[in-house]
Amino acid sequence: MNMMLPHANAPAAAIPAATLGLCDVDIHPRAASRHAFDPWLSAAMRERLHTYGLRPRHGYVRGTPYPKSQPLASRRDSWAPGGGTPASDLGFVQAQHLDHYGIDVGLLNPLAPSGQGDTNNPFSVAMAHAVNEWQLAEWVVPEPRLRASIVVPYEDPVASAAEIRKRAGDPRFAQVLLMSRTSHPLGNPLYWPIFEAAAEVGLPVGIHAFGYSGWAMTNGGWPSFYIEEVSEHATSCQSLLISMVVEGVFERFPTLKIVLIECGFAWLPSVAWRLDKLWPSLRGEVPHLKRLPSEYIRDHVWVSTQPIEEPERPEHLADTMDWIGWDRILYASDYPHWDFDDPRLAIPAWIPAQKRAAIYGGNARAVYGW
Amino acid sequence: MKHVVAAADAIAPGGRLVVEAGGKRIVVWNLGGEFFALADRCPHQGGPLSAGQVMGHVCSAAPGEYSYDRRGEIVRCPWHAWEFDIRTGRSVFDPRRVKTRRFPATVECGEVLAAERFAVAVEGRYVVLDI
Repeated sequence: MNMMLPHANAPAAAIPAATLGLCDVDIHPRAASRHAFDPWLSAAMRERLHTYGLRPRHGYVRGTPYPKSQPLASRRDSWAPGGGTPASDLGFVQAQHLDHYGIDVGLLNPLAPSGQGDTNNPFSVAMAHAVNEWQLAEWVVPEPRLRASIVVPYEDPVASAAEIRKRAGDPRFAQVLLMSRTSHPLGNPLYWPIFEAAAEVGLPVGIHAFGYSGWAMTNGGWPSFYIEEVSEHATSCQSLLISMVVEGVFERFPTLKIVLIECGFAWLPSVAWRLDKLWPSLRGEVPHLKRLPSEYIRDHVWVSTQPIEEPERPEHLADTMDWIGWDRILYASDYPHWDFDDPRLAIPAWIPAQKRAAIYGGNARAVYGW
Repeated sequence: MKHVVAAADAIAPGGRLVVEAGGKRIVVWNLGGEFFALADRCPHQGGPLSAGQVMGHVCSAAPGEYSYDRRGEIVRCPWHAWEFDIRTGRSVFDPRRVKTRRFPATVECGEVLAAERFAVAVEGRYVVLDI
């Protein structure tokens, strides 16, 4: 294995493009008001939204259960000058983010209010359709640098598959979007209609950290602090990925691509090592697996940078990136959220120019076909 | 080098002002009549500290025990919420190694500054940075 050391970078002339060639795979647009979705909801669902609101699988809480560092979990300088909530105003998103950093392609991941994982499945189905239409009308049509995600009501996988097929062939949609916390382990055959449809239409499935499953966020129960919730993304993503591998999702859908967004990635090699160690002994329990678990992971999984781990010794991060594959790591900003990563500073300077260029945009272009 | 950046009464107690001096973007704070100037750039990823929330310092001697002091003297970066001491520019979590640059700030009277050929009103009082 090559050892990367934090010495001087290669000269800039080695970078093939005049710009960073940036693709940002994690931008969170937000509706200025819930009424933004009205044009695409039935009268009954509009009434439900404005009367009862969203009912995530998380009991007795209005809003988020933990204090998210900054109001609306957002950079304090991301509130639009007119007073709009963060990332609710296209002009300000263009000025502060797309133009400021010179982003060529930005992928939208609507989080709230999207109705994903709502306790009411028909409402979740209706909201997913409305959020997808809203992404096109308010964002992607007026700003061609942006791409939409197909928001699906993932606790109703059959309806999710229908929403995916409805968008098939529309290049404005770049991926299917799931949250990481689902009410069953994600590899459960219950969810396979989603993977089947995604593989059929040839779109990656982006799994973004968060969501509410109805279960406690940690294996030990409800945590006390937000720092526990954010750290827990690593463990919930380990669980969902192990579930997908051992249930045979990748054996059944050999063309399926998974992009883990905002989940971190330094944990990924250790999960694969553990599975590989166990497989020779325990494969009789999962005879449908034909290959080492790590081979499924390496063939099917991409990761995004934000929040990138920052170990004291950079070579530790280099080793994990080397294991995952320099062609598998995608730049993500998480704009406008408080843990936003500046592309010029978040990707360590010791990464050689060609690999940086791949992370900044080449890898996203390859996996999303941009 | 001396830079006259603002009239002293242009920054109210508890207030802040972003100025450009010596080619640098600097935020000047008024803490109860004392002025402090920091580079308007978080050493982490460059967030503008001038857009940050000013607060106090929550201390804990042991789990479950909390105290609050330094009210109005700590700024949190608007991006990743790193906390800095406005008086020193040093971070709260690692004051020795993580800090933003601090510039000496004083208040001088217009009469003296005018004698030094700054274009100021002789009866005014001004915030002066040494950069």
